Amino acid sequence: MPETKPKGAHPAVDEGIERGIAGLTEERIRKVIRRVLSGETGARLKAYVDTCIHCGLCSEACHFFLSRDRDPAYSPVGKVKQTLWEMLRRDGRVGPEFIKQARIVASTHCNLCKRCAMYCPFGIDVAYLMLVVRRICHLLGVTPLYIQDTAHSHAATLNQMWVKDDEWIDTLMWQEEEARGEIPDLRIPLEKEGADILYSVIGPEPKFQAQLIYQAAVILHVAGVDWTMPATPGWDNSDMAMFTGDNEIMGRLKRAHFETAARLRVNRIVMGECGHAFRSVYDVGNRWLGWSMPPIPIVHAIDFYHELLEEGRIRVARLFEEPVTLHDPCNVVRGGGLHEKARAVVRRTCAHFIEMEPNREHNYCCCAGGGVINCGPPYKKHRVESNRVKAEQIAAAKLKGAKIVITPCHNCHSGIEDIIHHYDLGVETRFLGDILYQVMEKP
Amino acid sequence: MNELYLLATGPLLWASFAVFVGGSLFRLLELFLLARRRERFLFTYLSLRYSLRSIGHWIVPFATANWRRHPVLTVVTFAFHLSLLITPVFLLAHVVLWDEAWNVSWPALPDAWAIVLSLIVIGGCVFFFVRRRVTPEVAYVTSASDYVILGLTAAPFVTGVIAYYQWFDVRLFTLLHVVSGEALLVAVPFTRIRHMLFAPLTRAYMGSEFGAVRHARDW
Repeated sequence: MPETKPKGAHPAVDEGIERGIAGLTEERIRKVIRRVLSGETGARLKAYVDTCIHCGLCSEACHFFLSRDRDPAYSPVGKVKQTLWEMLRRDGRVGPEFIKQARIVASTHCNLCKRCAMYCPFGIDVAYLMLVVRRICHLLGVTPLYIQDTAHSHAATLNQMWVKDDEWIDTLMWQEEEARGEIPDLRIPLEKEGADILYSVIGPEPKFQAQLIYQAAVILHVAGVDWTMPATPGWDNSDMAMFTGDNEIMGRLKRAHFETAARLRVNRIVMGECGHAFRSVYDVGNRWLGWSMPPIPIVHAIDFYHELLEEGRIRVARLFEEPVTLHDPCNVVRGGGLHEKARAVVRRTCAHFIEMEPNREHNYCCCAGGGVINCGPPYKKHRVESNRVKAEQIAAAKLKGAKIVITPCHNCHSGIEDIIHHYDLGVETRFLGDILYQVMEKP
Repeated sequence: MNELYLLATGPLLWASFAVFVGGSLFRLLELFLLARRRERFLFTYLSLRYSLRSIGHWIVPFATANWRRHPVLTVVTFAFHLSLLITPVFLLAHVVLWDEAWNVSWPALPDAWAIVLSLIVIGGCVFFFVRRRVTPEVAYVTSASDYVILGLTAAPFVTGVIAYYQWFDVRLFTLLHVVSGEALLVAVPFTRIRHMLFAPLTRAYMGSEFGAVRHARDW
């Protein structure tokens, strides 16, 4: 039985983790592990652990495993072995160093992309098991510094990026003013009760990608949508607490978000191009709050653009000329089945579309999702090196002529940009909204 | 030897069937109750249609992307599991025993076929054993219990073939065959052989999640 650790895994100098384990005792670790395993988990964990026949068939599903020369420590089941199996086998009697390694594996060696659930003959959900490990580490106070900072921001401000209440409103007014230079009667309606749609974004949009709000406002305005944005906290649909294991904060965030939409009496929430936020409002957060499906219909930007184009509310003036390829974000494809709609939007807006292989549900993750990119610089090198297969996939699409990688997800966007730079691929990333804004008919 | 044989084919046989059936039902009930107590929401998402869609793809060879990636493993896996289930039920010698004891019978396999199926099971165990040794990602997660399961599975077939051909001491190997078969039955609820009970359930849940919530394929 080889007992190797993952090769090439950095000796992480992560203050959040180091400080977290400094105060740990074996007694406390054992108590927390037992509390989670006997109090917060149930039939799924038992069935997954009891059913796994240790066949390793999940391995080739994982971009970490494939990119790191088939190092078994990076296979999905290998990650479970290093973390949860040991905790179970030793009935929680593990030390601080073990918790440190478990946190690094669960939070930075797995994007929770669920591709392995499609490769396991039994449909074992390793992403869920990694979330259980993250939950334990969170309760022990062992969390990578950078993502813990965003979780703190969520707790203090209800948004991810420490955006203050007045800065939020100010940013929207600024973008409205900018956009009115192009379309003089454009508004970004704030606090409009009874509007059809609440448009929600992730914290980074007002923080450093305000032009995306501008573009969305133009698209919504031209399409004649009756929409609004809130002037209160609750506007941010993102959720890093979901990825640290801080389920309580996750629940608070989702409640604030849904309650904001309910207060404004909108019919639907349309969200920007973000995958993890979609996961949090459509899959995880709503369930934590007790809704089997979101209490207010959630429409991801891909779905919404598709609807606007299908209904002729947005018309294409001229097709996007440069050849494009499309990255399928896990959270909206394996998580929401939007792959065909994404293709329909690309075909309606772009002249030349080249498929990446594999694609749709089988697409490789960007390696940024699941909170991995949010764990910050200490893990960046490891992250981009752990997705060589994505680089090869993009390079193959480039050989067929693709110059632009459309990535309809914020995390994917940043993750793929890092991969493009690291592997010097010479292509560019775009959001679907960037393309739509560029090619649409404007007044 | 005779007493041992009578013990193995009498009380032990009853006991092993009772443990196999009772233990399996207990395991399923335990899981069901655990789900009801802690994760009642699981039932909200279970969908018959999508459960069957998922199970349907995974029980057909080469019907999933991952089966196609591993053609040799796929052929071995399916041949192994089918032979493992078919042989003990349709072996002529077993059918005769059922007939003598309970006066029930069903069509039996010709002996030559039964031998071939048994050899497939034994060959499958050898294949899985070698795979556990030589494939790094499998070796990494292999524990002693995995070899125990393989041994338990192979034993009734190895001893059965030896007894059939009357190699060595036929009475000894018949006894070993009976006892190892009973051990295998008893092991089902207590080892990870219980994937035979749980795998359809985990697959059904993932199939339901992918079908009804995620609107995506899971194969």
